[in-house]
Amino acid sequence: MFGYYFDLALRSLKRNRLLTALMVVAIAFGVGASMTTLTVLHILSADPIPQKSDRLFFVTLDPRRALGFRPGEEATFQMTRLDSETLLRDGHGKHQAMMTAGSSSIEPDRSGVGRFQPFRIDSRWTSADFFTMFDVQFIAGGPWTATEDGRATRVVVITRELAQKVFGTTEVVGRPLRVDNTEMRIVGVIAEYRPTPHFYDLTNASYGAGEQLFAPFSVAMELKLQTSGNMNCWGDGESVPDSRALGAPCDWVQYWVELASADQADAYREYLVHYSEDQAKAGRFQRPPNVRLRDVREFLDYMKVVPNDVRLQSWIAFAFLLVCLVNTIGLLLTKFLRRAGEIGVRRALGASKRAIFVQLLVESGTVGLVGGVLGLGLAWLGLFAVRHQPVDYADLAHLDVRMLAFTFALAIVSSVLAGLLPAWRGCSVAPAAQLKSH
Amino acid sequence: MLQILSTLRRHRTASILIVLEIALTCAIVCNAIFLIRERLARMDQSSGVAEDELIQVRLTGIGKQDNASAITEQDLAALRALPGVKKATSINMIPFGNSSWNSSITKVLDATDGPNCGMYMGKNLIDTMGIRLIAGRDFLPEEYVAADDDKHDPKQVIVTKALADYFYPEGALGKPLYGAAGREPQIIVGIIDHIARPNDGFGGPEVKDYAILLPATMPFSFGGRYVLRVDPAQTAAILGAVDSTLTKVDPNRLILDHMTFGQIRRDHFKGDRAMAWLLLGVSIALLVITALGVVGLASFWVQQRTRQIGVRRALGATRGDILRYFQLENFILATLGIVVGMGMAFGLNELLMREYAIPRLPGTFLPIGAALLWLLGQIAVLGPALRASLIPPAVATRTV
Repeated sequence: MFGYYFDLALRSLKRNRLLTALMVVAIAFGVGASMTTLTVLHILSADPIPQKSDRLFFVTLDPRRALGFRPGEEATFQMTRLDSETLLRDGHGKHQAMMTAGSSSIEPDRSGVGRFQPFRIDSRWTSADFFTMFDVQFIAGGPWTATEDGRATRVVVITRELAQKVFGTTEVVGRPLRVDNTEMRIVGVIAEYRPTPHFYDLTNASYGAGEQLFAPFSVAMELKLQTSGNMNCWGDGESVPDSRALGAPCDWVQYWVELASADQADAYREYLVHYSEDQAKAGRFQRPPNVRLRDVREFLDYMKVVPNDVRLQSWIAFAFLLVCLVNTIGLLLTKFLRRAGEIGVRRALGASKRAIFVQLLVESGTVGLVGGVLGLGLAWLGLFAVRHQPVDYADLAHLDVRMLAFTFALAIVSSVLAGLLPAWRGCSVAPAAQLKSH
Repeated sequence: MLQILSTLRRHRTASILIVLEIALTCAIVCNAIFLIRERLARMDQSSGVAEDELIQVRLTGIGKQDNASAITEQDLAALRALPGVKKATSINMIPFGNSSWNSSITKVLDATDGPNCGMYMGKNLIDTMGIRLIAGRDFLPEEYVAADDDKHDPKQVIVTKALADYFYPEGALGKPLYGAAGREPQIIVGIIDHIARPNDGFGGPEVKDYAILLPATMPFSFGGRYVLRVDPAQTAAILGAVDSTLTKVDPNRLILDHMTFGQIRRDHFKGDRAMAWLLLGVSIALLVITALGVVGLASFWVQQRTRQIGVRRALGATRGDILRYFQLENFILATLGIVVGMGMAFGLNELLMREYAIPRLPGTFLPIGAALLWLLGQIAVLGPALRASLIPPAVATRTV
């Protein structure tokens, strides 16, 4: 029966090619636009570390002076160096790391191995647990140790890409690398590490390519390597000679902690409150304890990581799809009512109302099917266009299998939905009236 | 007229659908045009500097820099010696750039409600960048202190007109401001017309015009950029010579990039430009689809009423009467769609205002949207209506 209806549908659609083309194109554009924007939204709002996003927490406190205090206010945006180093020494979580973004110059080896022009790369100054905590995959060597953090040993972890670029091989563990005039020993090489979004530090590019070199925070401080990101200071107006110094009243360090399970968050929060109270007793904190502990998803929401324009684009695309659907409903209705005579004859010859209804729905479903295939092509083109946009997530915009299936379902469901009303009106044709007029 | 209304009532479902489609299109297109206008206005905002004549060079030292101030002076002297370079200075940030220095500025010491202001530092910024001084004076040579000197703070400040009006509407020259550096106030010695801030959204639209200049010299290792005022005709040659000039002074550095101010502006607003194009594309696609919907429906009605039209023609209706009938019918449908669409447009705008901090849709968009859709409807219906008017009266005598 279905095959017969399908055959009838094709015949009917062929009879008025222009109208059919119009409906198919409208659905294709609506679906294509929605899928393009939805895919981008899906990629940008992905969970960057699903296996433990509920156990990783971004920590902030409020060590600012009492002046200007407003109850209920947010804690500082990031952490001070002093609080980060103290919490890190405490080691109260399963893993913890302090970090900041930075950049460094890579120079050729003095011995003349691999002559190349010095170049500058994005780097991260952090502590030993970073790699274990964020599940970073090593292809050679491994992380440095907490002892090396403490002694500010000149060690680095680099990406495969950087190893290839400088040495032409990834067999570089143990070899020296010149970083900003200082020789450092390579202890590990990692595969490409590009969490999307770049959740652990959103102050620079949220979807960028990530860092290529990692070195101990202590080393970066000792050598005064360049740091970047957001820094807020609240000194009482005395000039802060070095805002990166240990006691400087400035928040600029990201501090992450991994707990053994999500339900330990309350206990950890209590620990932070105690810490704040102790600091207040010692006279360092002047405000009541103000502790924020956000897991990865909460942190991404709080930081509003998905750009507003991307959300807006999705809304626009769905509004567009809606107009396309209304348009299709109108055209299908026109088409079905135009065939009132034919339907009247089929009804008079014994076809049930139900049979006509199904037949007409198959016809609208066929329009949806073709529209969906075309829409898929358009979504592919749309993502191709996104990849050539000047945005930092451009190279991530690819269709995945789930979105592919969803596109198809969207096209068929929406065109069948669009076909419901016209099919109902079509099958309600009174056979007698139609036969009379002939 | 009454006849048309009764026909439309008989084709209620189809009429409602076409009205709905016109309404949705009207609501979306009105908002889209409004958003495009907002983006264009943003892209068009003034920087306050001589854009056509400026070049920015970003550089960084390798390792610790112990002699940065002296090298900066040598760099600038070498750059000024290039043909076509009129002026050069070292600066901490640039309008529409991506790095910013900000501070909360107040009228009273230790007040906490000061607005967030952009802080420009560098020598002779007004001359070098072509900023318009509208009152008072520029800094005197002896007033400059080194930006990395933690013993001495600047004692003077130059503010934008917007900031002067915020703090001292009665006249700002000679008045103190706190919060830019140290605990001592800076005295306002000059007022400039305007200079845009690097992150124009930083701190919200109300503070986007709040910026100050401080008499502080920037070693290159601290500010990370030079800005050159050049003869526009020689821009390409200067861009080509910049890197080698600086490397000659001291090779132990990296020149990160060099670009004209035009490139900085294009880069900064690339997202807005892309969004404006997208909105324009969607608007056009919507209008085309709606027009095709109107064509489809009108064609169907003409075909369905062929006999009726023949009868009317036989009874004395002219071709013009038939043509006008369909045009009027479309006008009524479009008007209904526009009325509903306007309501939806404001509803949609309300939603956008809540979610994305977009301003209210001004009333001037009503006539624009209405005219657009009336015009669209009339163009779309013209073909089918002309076909209807060509139906001969003899059709009335035939059975369909």
